Amino acid sequence: MADVQLRGVKKDYPGGFRAIHGIDMHIGDGEFIVIVGPSGCGKSTLMRMVAGLERVTEGDILIGERVVNEVEPADRNIAMVFQNYALYPHMTVFDNMAYGLRNRRTPKAEIEKRVAAAAEILELQGLLDRRPRQLSGGQRQRVAMGRAIVREPSVFLFDEPLSNLDAKLRVQMRLEIRKLHQALGVTSIYVTHDQVEAMTLADRLVVMNAGIAEQIGTPMQVYRQPATTYVAGFIGSPAMNFIAARLGPDGADIELPAGGRLPMSNGALASQAGREVTLGIRPEHLTVSGAGDGVVSLNVELIEQLGADLLVHGHFGGDRTDITLRLAGATPVSAGDVLPLGVAPESLHLFDRENGRRLETAAPSDVPM
Amino acid sequence: MKKRIVFNHRVLPYALLAPQILITIVFFIWPASQALYQALLIQDAFGLSTQFVWFENFSELIDDEFYLNSFQVTVVFSAATAFLAMSAALLLAVMADRIIKGATGYKTLLIWPYAVAPAVAGVLWWFLFNPSIGVAAYILRVFGYDWNHTLDGGDAMILIIVAAAWKQISYNFLFFLAGLQAIPKSLIEAAAIDGASPRKRFWTIVFPLLSPTTFFLLVVNVVYAFFDTFGIVHATTSGGPAKATEIMVYKVFNDGFVALDLGGSAAQSVILMLIVITLTVVQFRYIERRVEY
Repeated sequence: MADVQLRGVKKDYPGGFRAIHGIDMHIGDGEFIVIVGPSGCGKSTLMRMVAGLERVTEGDILIGERVVNEVEPADRNIAMVFQNYALYPHMTVFDNMAYGLRNRRTPKAEIEKRVAAAAEILELQGLLDRRPRQLSGGQRQRVAMGRAIVREPSVFLFDEPLSNLDAKLRVQMRLEIRKLHQALGVTSIYVTHDQVEAMTLADRLVVMNAGIAEQIGTPMQVYRQPATTYVAGFIGSPAMNFIAARLGPDGADIELPAGGRLPMSNGALASQAGREVTLGIRPEHLTVSGAGDGVVSLNVELIEQLGADLLVHGHFGGDRTDITLRLAGATPVSAGDVLPLGVAPESLHLFDRENGRRLETAAPSDVPM
Repeated sequence: MKKRIVFNHRVLPYALLAPQILITIVFFIWPASQALYQALLIQDAFGLSTQFVWFENFSELIDDEFYLNSFQVTVVFSAATAFLAMSAALLLAVMADRIIKGATGYKTLLIWPYAVAPAVAGVLWWFLFNPSIGVAAYILRVFGYDWNHTLDGGDAMILIIVAAAWKQISYNFLFFLAGLQAIPKSLIEAAAIDGASPRKRFWTIVFPLLSPTTFFLLVVNVVYAFFDTFGIVHATTSGGPAKATEIMVYKVFNDGFVALDLGGSAAQSVILMLIVITLTVVQFRYIERRVEY
């Protein structure tokens, strides 16, 4: 086991494209870190650098106090689960798992012991003589994890391991990965573009965008106090509503474009008075208030019934700002209605209009970490 | 499930098939049956009298030490040619798979030998190794080896093997390169993380995964060495010295058109026909079943 440190890690590809713009972070021993972001944000590149499959252009990567920039992947004591599983098709399940151990000249009895143990954890006992093509997607996924487990590495790397599975299996395997981590306690780095995986698996998550770590924090920190509009829009489903607004003259309330004011919960931003801001409100934090006392009146355009919940899409104001809100499934509402909406002051998120950064004080600061 | 198309018209399907059937009959079935028939005949050198002798031509071949020699020469020649052509091509393909810059130019250049006619390839290598004027022969002599393929059977054999393999490398290279590029990169990366050295990765992961390609090429190369190398032999050694490079196809030509033993020559070509049928069956049985993972 080991911790992992990234110090000013940058990656340039030939041709001058900078994939990673300098990332600093410390991953504690036994921590489960999820790197989440859209495709092309550099999350896989970052992990492949930790694995040693990509060269580091600048900065240092340390695994357990040792700089590994120039260390071969085989000598970093890591194991990786690939998106397409990367099982050796011409070998049996047993040989797939034993391959790494044989290359390290592990005694035969030890190999058999470790493979048997991994097979038991992953419920692969009956499948050891099969070849990968005779297995289902979920079983292949397990073999790929088994191959990582038997090595007893100090760091696990997961490169979108669930994205080739169907939705139901994905939920199941997600739980199993979490259980496995609790049982083994190995430092893990997990790359995904799926925010549900990110929220449920992570001890801490790294939200990446265009080669920059926009925010590093626990799932609840990221949900409650998104550092930028990008993070706010990426984490949470349906995505946060953004409204172009302006801070009032004393910085204590928010002027909406359609008219109307929203008071802020704690403290004023006196220094920012009159500033153009982006106001963020999560769909689940909007409530339908009594007729007449809503802050805005929403013209309902479309209803999406999800069973337990109901998504209402509509717009308000002269510039027809789009708003989505989530209501309990049984709420009687239909297209064409006008809903008065309210929101608790502590559920407001304020961002700088220009650089998209969060303006503090708009949300409670006593978020449990 | 294969989709079957049913023609409403009776004549149309036959009309559509006719050109292919006609070509097959004129260029394959007819000559082949002529050879089969001729193999049972003995003709005098001037073609004035012909005698039906059943399988006498074949039984004579079995006792003919020259024919057995030719068989051995063919086995050595085709095995060596296939091995040399395939291993050189695999080496080049692995190199070409690795480079990024100038890959297209490199690949294009490697494909050129395939466009050279066998006889031209033969002459080319004959010049290089010509004992009196050849550059390669000269260099060998500098290193103390007295190369002379006109006198030494071993030298002659090496010459035709090199010339035949050189021509086939391009073809093998293309298939190996395609095979290599079909292997997912993540498998190699997984093996690297699993602690396998580049050499070990090649022999335990890449080479086994290439085996369908390798097997296909083995059959193709053996067939090539058996049947398509007449031009090379004819242009360089003409089967000599002392029949050291007389491969079976060359002997068919020599016996039939030089020695004018048409019956014996036809019998030999029937045997070659059987060999190629066997190889094709082997190929279909194993390749079509696809060594699938």
